[in-house]
Amino acid sequence: MTITKATTHVTQNEALVFERSQPGRRGYRLPALDVEETALDELLPAELRRDDDLEGVPELSEPDVVRHFTRISTWNYNIDLGLYPLGSCTMKYNSRLNEKVARIPGFANLHPLAPAEDAQGALQVMYELQQHLAEITGLPGVSLQPAAGAHGEMTGIMMIRAFLDARDGTTSDEAKRRKVMLIPDSAHGTNPASAHLSGFTVKTIRSTSEGLTDLEHLRELCAAGEVAGLMLTNPNTCGIFERNIKEICDIVHGAGGLVYMDGANMNALVGVARPGDMGVDVIHLNLHKTFSTPHGGGGPGSGPCCCTAELEPFLPVPRVARTGDDAYRLDFDRPQSIGRVKAFYGNYGMHLRALAYILTHGNDGLREATEAAVLNARFIAHGLADTFDRPFDSPPMHECLFTDKRQTRKGVHTLDIAKRLIDYGFHPMTIYFPLIVQGAMLIEPTESVGRAELQQFVDAMKEIAREAAEDAQTVLDAPHTTRVGRLDEAAAARKPVLRWRPAEAAAGA
Amino acid sequence: MRYIPNSPEERQEMLRGLGLGSAEELFDSIPPDVLLKRPLDTPAALAESELLELFESMAARNAAARRPSFLGAGAYSHYAPTIVDSLIQRSEFFTAYTPYQPEISQGTLQAIFEFQTLVCQLTGMDVANASMYDGSTAMAEAVLMAERVTRRSRVLVSAAVHPEYLSVAETYVAHAGIELGRLEVDEASGRTALDAAALEKDVAAVVVQSPNFYGCVEDLKAFADKVHVAGALLVVVVTEAASFGLLRSPGACGADIVVAEGQSFGVPVSFGGPYVGLFATREKYARQIPGRLAGVAYDKQGRRGFVLTLATREQHIRREKATSNICTNEGLIALAATIYMTALGRRGLQEVAAQCAQKAAYARRQIAGIEGYSLPYSAPVFNEFVVRAPSDAAALLRKLAEGHNVTGGLALSRYYPERPNDFLVCVTETNKRADIDALVEGLKAS
Repeated sequence: MTITKATTHVTQNEALVFERSQPGRRGYRLPALDVEETALDELLPAELRRDDDLEGVPELSEPDVVRHFTRISTWNYNIDLGLYPLGSCTMKYNSRLNEKVARIPGFANLHPLAPAEDAQGALQVMYELQQHLAEITGLPGVSLQPAAGAHGEMTGIMMIRAFLDARDGTTSDEAKRRKVMLIPDSAHGTNPASAHLSGFTVKTIRSTSEGLTDLEHLRELCAAGEVAGLMLTNPNTCGIFERNIKEICDIVHGAGGLVYMDGANMNALVGVARPGDMGVDVIHLNLHKTFSTPHGGGGPGSGPCCCTAELEPFLPVPRVARTGDDAYRLDFDRPQSIGRVKAFYGNYGMHLRALAYILTHGNDGLREATEAAVLNARFIAHGLADTFDRPFDSPPMHECLFTDKRQTRKGVHTLDIAKRLIDYGFHPMTIYFPLIVQGAMLIEPTESVGRAELQQFVDAMKEIAREAAEDAQTVLDAPHTTRVGRLDEAAAARKPVLRWRPAEAAAGA
Repeated sequence: MRYIPNSPEERQEMLRGLGLGSAEELFDSIPPDVLLKRPLDTPAALAESELLELFESMAARNAAARRPSFLGAGAYSHYAPTIVDSLIQRSEFFTAYTPYQPEISQGTLQAIFEFQTLVCQLTGMDVANASMYDGSTAMAEAVLMAERVTRRSRVLVSAAVHPEYLSVAETYVAHAGIELGRLEVDEASGRTALDAAALEKDVAAVVVQSPNFYGCVEDLKAFADKVHVAGALLVVVVTEAASFGLLRSPGACGADIVVAEGQSFGVPVSFGGPYVGLFATREKYARQIPGRLAGVAYDKQGRRGFVLTLATREQHIRREKATSNICTNEGLIALAATIYMTALGRRGLQEVAAQCAQKAAYARRQIAGIEGYSLPYSAPVFNEFVVRAPSDAAALLRKLAEGHNVTGGLALSRYYPERPNDFLVCVTETNKRADIDALVEGLKAS
């Protein structure tokens, strides 16, 4: 197959909304006020009212607004355009049907503080989603409250803290309180950040040359005492299944700690293996990864927390409970709960979409998606094995890891390869993550691409490798087809400009 | 499965190409004793039409979604122009990831930069981030940030802050070495009382919501003066973002950190989420702000673009030393809010706010005139206010819903069992005069 480079992006020079603004333009019309007007001073004294007339806020007509956002949208790559192989991000197809479901007026117009008896359908959705997530993870306690993965992590880790305090007693000597959270060096950055927020001290576990958790180091750290738990991603961030998972859990449990699993990579496991069966105590899921709720350019996410029966009393309040035949209520009476992590009940619109995903796939379709995702990753791993350096030999699960080792001789690095991929019409893979692998390129195709496109990607990567050897400058100068070239991020951070200001104010600054 | 492009036959061929006999072999690296050896016990697949029927039938059980409603308390019904939802449904926006590759994410990045600017303009602050999960978590992050900035460990929170926001803050600080103190509400005015004597040297911040949970507009300027004398920060919380169109901005009143729930800006109430947290502060604290920031950058040819910047504050670089653990935020909802603010614009935001205040004033007058009902607080309000009923408010609201088909507000007993007769009424530009009159008639009859 011949490689055809993507055509150049649409390149309108669309200004900021503030620069487009023209005094007097309007993009809205409200109904006329239908009550007797009260004098402003009677409503609110002048010193409590704005006195800047919202100066600087744009004034635009409706077509101005539509053109503006439509034009800038064309500068984005997106899943509907093609392969978006960001490792660890699971950029799978976001069904339009799920968007429709989330917009059904009976859900979209339902106020969160409506009495439970007038919101039974909404609670039923949450309850059923909880049941399905419990079955998928093998962990019976579920809270849908966390708003994103990192939020779910924080929730799970705080539950571990609460469990240990209940078990060991908080009155005991503070110095003896278990404070150490073990985290592999390959983990997502959110893991240590969440552990820190929950009052834990982080100790890092080394990885082996196979890309797996170092059991000896784990034993050593556990023997040192104070271990509250372990945060583990499985398959790990190298895309490899931690085959010693049961032993890992046993070691941590034996030391009196609990095991937290980062569920970012559940797309490799749904219908095939369950964290609960591996010995994991608590996990968060990313509904915006595994269950296809849209990433939206950086959220909203949803990070449900699933846990063992032992940990269930510590889940956030309120819980959604079933009271009898097809009746549901909110249960606030959970004295051991860590409390609330968010107002109301979580990112409910994402719960609707995730339930729609589960029901559209059916139990066999869920497993089929997992198989197809892993197969696609294997296809890429196989296709690129001769061209790029593979840091680990283990067969990959849903994502595969390569490095730039063979290309650096010509001065071409991972960043350059990523930027050059853009010229070939693909979004780059995740780069420089996991941190333990120098020049990492983590590729996750997901189940949502067909083999012809996978092959195009493989061909593009091989072509870039050839260019790196023969015409490195082309790769180093990439991308060539985008609206802007590589942006000077270092300069942007030195003198940050984080908001627009009117020209005269900006000039004076 | 119709979302999987490769047919079963194609997958078989791919497996053969890899030297594998079956899909099971893909999972050879998983030890047999942890493999699930049975099908998942979840329902069989539904067709598109069946799925829609199922969700429609569940939605039909949400009677409250079909009634005129006077519920607010952190989630507000405002009219969203059609273009908001239409534009956020563009694939380019809703199916894109966090803009880590700026050259092919300029649409998202420019929209974030516009969002940050609009948030600064409305709040009267210098710097705003790319969004937080919601108002409640934004407030909790503000408490953590105040401790970082001042290195002091006590934070005084007004008792008139949304009770769920307070609960979230309690969870967030449980292990952070921060103690939350409480500022009482003056029972006559409904405003938070601040005794300068309470501001001891260990106080990092004072957190006050305005309009507060009871709808009363606080005197933020007076707060700022006292708080700053004590060397503490003033954190202002806003749950009803529509109020920015009318009320003096927190920044103009002297706030150091402003957090808000942005749901009012074009986002459906959707049973509590997804919403969007706004977070803004002063220039000098920019490097202590949690979450993502977009900033201006230039390429070699001098073309302007936008990138995520000051990333050294964030978890993927700083790990446990990050200013927050937040990663995914509420990008698409921030975009919806940006489109809303742009479509309504300078005039529309003020007009919506004015209509809310006018209609609330009308409803207040009407309700105050009903025998047995009173308005316990004297402070000025924006579009929410507490009503004291002659009997149990929850029972009364139930009767209103069933007998008069109107959700009359929120019984405060949900959060404060000691206030059985009080309820909170919220009026927005979407409540017609006829709805208000129906509420008043219902109250008279109940």
